[in-house]
Amino acid sequence: MTSGGLTSDYRKREESITLSSEPVGETHELLTLNIGPHHPATHGVLRLLATLEGEVVHDVKPIVGYVHTGIEKTCEGKSYWKVIPVVERMDYLSYYFNAMAFCGAVETLLDVEVPPRAQYLRVIHLELNRLMSHLVWLGTSALDLGAISMFWYCFRERETILDLFEMSSGQRMHTRYFQVGGVIEDIPGGFAAKLRTFLDEMPTRADQYADLLEKNQIVLERLHGVCPLSEETLLKIGVTGPLLRASGNPWDLRKAQPYSSYDHFDFKIPVGTVGDNYDRYRVRHAELYESVKIISQALEGLPEGPHITPDRKIALPPRHELATSMEALIHHFKLVTEGFRVPPGEAYFPIEGPRGELGCFVRSDGSAKPARVHMRDPSFVHLQALAPMVNGAYIADLIATLAMLDPILGGIDR
Amino acid sequence: MEVKREKLDAPGAPTDFRSRQLLARDMLRGDLEGEALQRYVEERVMTTTMDKAVAWSRGNSLYPLTFGLACCAIEMMSIVAARMDIARFGFEAFRASPRQADLLILSGRVSIKMAPVIRRIYDQMLEPKWAISMGACCSSMGVFNNYALVPSDKFMPIDVHVPGCPPRPEALAHGILRLRDKIQGHRTEGWRERYDAVGTEEVIGDEAGTVAINVFGEGDTAGA
Amino acid sequence: MRPEPSRSTCSAKETPPVPDATELELTAQELRDANAESVLDTDFHRGRATLIANPEHVLVVLGALRSKGYTFLASLHGCDYYPHEPRLGILYELLDMRRVDRITVKARVHTDTPRIASTVELFPGAEFPEREVYDMFGVVFDGHPDLRRILMPEDYEGFPQRRDFPIGGEPVLFTYNDETSYGKWQ
Repeated sequence: MTSGGLTSDYRKREESITLSSEPVGETHELLTLNIGPHHPATHGVLRLLATLEGEVVHDVKPIVGYVHTGIEKTCEGKSYWKVIPVVERMDYLSYYFNAMAFCGAVETLLDVEVPPRAQYLRVIHLELNRLMSHLVWLGTSALDLGAISMFWYCFRERETILDLFEMSSGQRMHTRYFQVGGVIEDIPGGFAAKLRTFLDEMPTRADQYADLLEKNQIVLERLHGVCPLSEETLLKIGVTGPLLRASGNPWDLRKAQPYSSYDHFDFKIPVGTVGDNYDRYRVRHAELYESVKIISQALEGLPEGPHITPDRKIALPPRHELATSMEALIHHFKLVTEGFRVPPGEAYFPIEGPRGELGCFVRSDGSAKPARVHMRDPSFVHLQALAPMVNGAYIADLIATLAMLDPILGGIDR
Repeated sequence: MEVKREKLDAPGAPTDFRSRQLLARDMLRGDLEGEALQRYVEERVMTTTMDKAVAWSRGNSLYPLTFGLACCAIEMMSIVAARMDIARFGFEAFRASPRQADLLILSGRVSIKMAPVIRRIYDQMLEPKWAISMGACCSSMGVFNNYALVPSDKFMPIDVHVPGCPPRPEALAHGILRLRDKIQGHRTEGWRERYDAVGTEEVIGDEAGTVAINVFGEGDTAGA
Repeated sequence: MRPEPSRSTCSAKETPPVPDATELELTAQELRDANAESVLDTDFHRGRATLIANPEHVLVVLGALRSKGYTFLASLHGCDYYPHEPRLGILYELLDMRRVDRITVKARVHTDTPRIASTVELFPGAEFPEREVYDMFGVVFDGHPDLRRILMPEDYEGFPQRRDFPIGGEPVLFTYNDETSYGKWQ
């Protein structure tokens, strides 16, 4: 089928049936494309230098630091309870988790007991926050894939959760609810009823999300078999959380090293098989149901008691005591002006955040201000897994994988 | 039964539906004359200047730029969501390209690495353009007063600051509506007039072939 | 070694298992037997075990711990121990997933010779954290494939998280210093 004798090599190759095994010659060039830091699909201000050959990604170099806020240095100049609002703004979708990691580290150093009611309240708020984080992830990831309507459905549930947060603490985001020794306030009257209504309808809503996405051929083709990464590579990089669970390893700190009474609750850990984008999506989607189970168990079993440690050297006394007790007044004054002192030591407290192992390292030197606060953020470590994941995939798969990686730039840059 | 007679074309005419219907019928027939006709026209036709009309339409169809930096970006996403729906005001068309947007909502903390990037994006936007600084971190330093952040006032002109950490969606909507009032009130001003910055334009020279200025210089891959 | 589920406190006494003091001492002894000066000290505080390693032998220590089962590097971070010398500490948080054990390895270097070997071959996930420690504290990791600043701009001078680096920031404005201190956009 050649037209005369002027067939080029290219035409001959086109007609060859073994085209796919042709080696890439020197005629192809590699293009370096800068994606971000301002780009509709990057989650936050992430800059990626992608080396492309046609549409195939050969290498991706993430450049971060565009929202570096100096949180860790700011914490060194503030007393321990003032650090909590600062640290909450690190990973801005999981603010309760940031506070929990920090409070856990300080409570370890202080060797103070958190009362059981406070632990259950913490679990309720942590799991609500996990739900909220997964909902925002689902909405924005579907937006990246092109399934734009998911965004509104997910944010509808998110608004209900934020209403609950506003009920318990007064703020929608960055609530400063967790304090060292417990929580700042007990839950108000209608909270339990509203939470129950929400929990009743949440599994149905999660089913609706699945219905919207999982029968869609485009979503399935964009997620199935795309960018898998083996469990050993993930473990070598230091990946935990839903990414690791998607590749088959059921490591979850809520079960392995339980903190804050997680061992009282009966819940399962969703685990994937292949570790591709579809498994990552399914694991996070299944975690929605598990979180609902945990919250309902915690709500049913909520014990009576104080909501913060009764140790007045660490927690503020209740307001009504200030009128009658001189000691309470002195404690209040000391706590508000100077803050409590923490004996010298170092502690690393890891918890299971929505993205993976969120740890807080606190070093105290005996004064009322921490000497070093470091947050081990899961997204920071997971970003190293992006390059092996997308090697050889299309650039559209890069966007989908970045969405499934769930990076939060506030945590990466701190 | 008492019968009241009133003239429809007198200044104190009743304004109930039946009277307006009769007036409209007269108008269609061509029976309204003189003062009655003048009053009719004045009540219904909006006379305005071109500037006011343009400003009214500009204010009601802002295209915000998708520019989320940190936590405030999540609350900015909430105003697009269904509860606090910004589509009621007409601002739901978030454009990704700065060339197509006219409102830059700086939502989140501005680090020193990001500031030149933001300035470059703001420069790429076409006149008339406005900027909202959302949240405490970009308006002032917010919670973090340290080496890593810069308040947005220092490198670009901001029209409205919305305080909050993060501001509620209602607060941000209030800020956007105040901006809309500002746009509709100050009709012809681009930001150079508003901020008394006339004379700060960079004029490209007359050399043939100069089509664009590279703000950062040759081969700069700042931050890479 | 796991705590019984019936206890409902969250104090350090019932913290999930970390090597207790005796096991820490045994581990340290093993490492000292292999290489005499690799482990300088041990510390067991509030249920957390720390091995203080000699910075020159940190690869040996980490490699030995990795073959003992601590195959997961949870965190790599720095800490400035000003005014105690040696000032700059690099901490490695290791995790043994099979036995659910954590151990910390700490290596301290002086500011005038802030060099330590890079652990990227042992734990590939140390690449970004080591860049962060370099960026924030100035510790140079020998053998790191791409050691440059990660969070601050490329040409930034200074190491922000050292204790003697000023916190910076904008001055708080009042009416008396409003015009002079605030470089408002003109």
